[in-house]
Amino acid sequence: MLSIKNLQARIEEKEILRGINLEVKPGEVHAIMGPNGSGKSTLASVLAGREDYEVTGGDVDFLGNDLLEMDADERAREGIFLAFQYPVEVPGVSTTNFMKTAINQVREHHGEKALDAVSFLKLMKEKMKLVEIDQSLLSRSLNEGFSGGEKKRNEIFQMAMLEPKLAILDETDSGLDIDALKVVANGVNTLKSKDNATIVVTHYQRLLDYIVPDYVHVLYKGRIVKSGTKDLALELEAKGYDWIKEEADATV
Amino acid sequence: MTKLAGQSILDSLAGRFEAFEKSLNGQSKSAIHQVRKAAFASLNQTGFPHAKHEEYKFTNLTKALEKNIDFGANERAAHLSTEEIDSAKIEGLDAYNLVFLNGHYSAELSDEVSEDGLSIGTFQSFAKDNAEDLANQFGQLASHEDNAFIALNTAFSQNGVVINVSRGAIISKPIALYFIGETKEEQLFYNVRNLISVAELAQVTILEKFDTIGAEKGFTNVVNEISVAASANAKYFKLEDDANHTYHISNVKVNQAKDSTFTANTIALNGAMVRNNLDIRLEAEGCEANMNGLYVLSGKTHVDNHTVVDHLMPNSNSNELYKGIMDDKTKGVFNGKIFVRQDAQKTNAFQSNKNILMTNDASVNTKPQLEIWADDVKCSHGCTTGQLDPDALFYLQARGIKKERARAILLHAFASDVIENLELEAVQDHVEKIITARLEK
Repeated sequence: MLSIKNLQARIEEKEILRGINLEVKPGEVHAIMGPNGSGKSTLASVLAGREDYEVTGGDVDFLGNDLLEMDADERAREGIFLAFQYPVEVPGVSTTNFMKTAINQVREHHGEKALDAVSFLKLMKEKMKLVEIDQSLLSRSLNEGFSGGEKKRNEIFQMAMLEPKLAILDETDSGLDIDALKVVANGVNTLKSKDNATIVVTHYQRLLDYIVPDYVHVLYKGRIVKSGTKDLALELEAKGYDWIKEEADATV
Repeated sequence: MTKLAGQSILDSLAGRFEAFEKSLNGQSKSAIHQVRKAAFASLNQTGFPHAKHEEYKFTNLTKALEKNIDFGANERAAHLSTEEIDSAKIEGLDAYNLVFLNGHYSAELSDEVSEDGLSIGTFQSFAKDNAEDLANQFGQLASHEDNAFIALNTAFSQNGVVINVSRGAIISKPIALYFIGETKEEQLFYNVRNLISVAELAQVTILEKFDTIGAEKGFTNVVNEISVAASANAKYFKLEDDANHTYHISNVKVNQAKDSTFTANTIALNGAMVRNNLDIRLEAEGCEANMNGLYVLSGKTHVDNHTVVDHLMPNSNSNELYKGIMDDKTKGVFNGKIFVRQDAQKTNAFQSNKNILMTNDASVNTKPQLEIWADDVKCSHGCTTGQLDPDALFYLQARGIKKERARAILLHAFASDVIENLELEAVQDHVEKIITARLEK
């Protein structure tokens, strides 16, 4: 589904990704872990098409297309979804209207008819249950004045609405209490299928108790320095990142 | 003697004023005409604003008018088709429609107004039949000493309406004044003077819209005197979506008595150069003044909003919200003065001006000016000018929304609170439609 080869990226003059290699197949869950500043969020942003980052080398193939050639909105229409670490507050735009526009633009892209108001509402009600989000929240300005938990649930709600092929969760656990974390994880797990894939970017292992990964990769100084199964995450939780840093620094 | 600014305009006006006086026949000895003459004499003494004049620093009206407008051109009839006239109207607005062509009231194109407590007449008819009443209202709030454009307007006062709402009358629908100019073959310059008086406990909504049809340049110079009596409620709308080559200057002078409410909605969407002066005097306790402004501009349009709200007595509120979206090579100016006099304790005065610049060639000069002599007041002001939030844009795009559409959504959202304040649904739709077409071009 997603094939990343030697991906390099920088912001202004600062090199952040220094050669990432990653293969993600349908049905898989990959966790990207790593210490602060290792480039985890940059990888998520680069895959989603944020223009602040300049890709300086490498290739990314998504379902047979050159992902790096596409604008952010085109990537989303092709099935990439980024759950933001810090969802943006957009005054004056309700989540409902925003989602209606987004869904219909995606549908148009795939040659499907726009959803009428009734079908849209039905779909929304169904997905709202999944993340236990209230309709009154969705008719308010997008994320404006939402609590941290509400913002993250809104992200997963949007993901449920858009049914992406590849979901990238950027530190979705940050700032969540355990109850909210369970709701979010439950949403993600329910949406999982053999046809879609998930990349979970996180600093802590905690989230991975609830969203169980097939593979765990450790990012450090812009490279994946270690890959393994979910046991690697547990090891990191127990031992911290220092041993990985030492190992990696020794080989450079 | 140093040369006056705008001397060439004064030279052209001399003949025009003479012709105007001749056309008045018997009325040239009336009290009203004495006011006109005094205004014209004063204009000839002071001239037009100098380029360095503080109030015109960013909007050199005198130069623009000297360069573009032929002030010698005589008033004339308009040649417009029904379709052209209808195109100026706001779709779906249930209102008493009054139509003015090249400044002149057209009875056949206007609705007949018959409602208890509402009296509407043209300035001209009042000057002829109720000269005394008119003289009592005319120039009471707008004096030729205030500025050169009021002096110019006063000197040539002839067109416009006199609206009187009697005590306790709640007028059932808005009064829409459509000023349509025709410049197909020749330039056009005309003045409009509206006198509006809302008596105690009365309520009324008045809307003004200005259009120019034709390829030649135009200039409209408008003065409104609006008096809002105790516990009355008046709403005033001004819609400017004029031709690219039309110059427009407006002076709205408002006086509010005890416990009255006045709301001004000033929307500027197009024109060559637009200058709106809105001047509200809160002369008693318990007044509320609301000022909403929106300018969504493209091309080379230049829009300047100058507002003044003067709190003279305690316990009054003023709320001001002006927003601008500036594309291409447009220029915006906002100057908001709030005066809180020594007696005006417990005043609440809020002001906000926010602008989005879409290009590097667009610019805004914004200046809040608060002068407070009272010590127990709540006043705030804020102004921001910047680009569209790139994070919000990316967020919308990351959900599959195309960039152009995402931009339009964010700009609509930016303008949405001012548009919501417009209250009249047909006007909201009208403004929304123009903005949508503009943003999704």
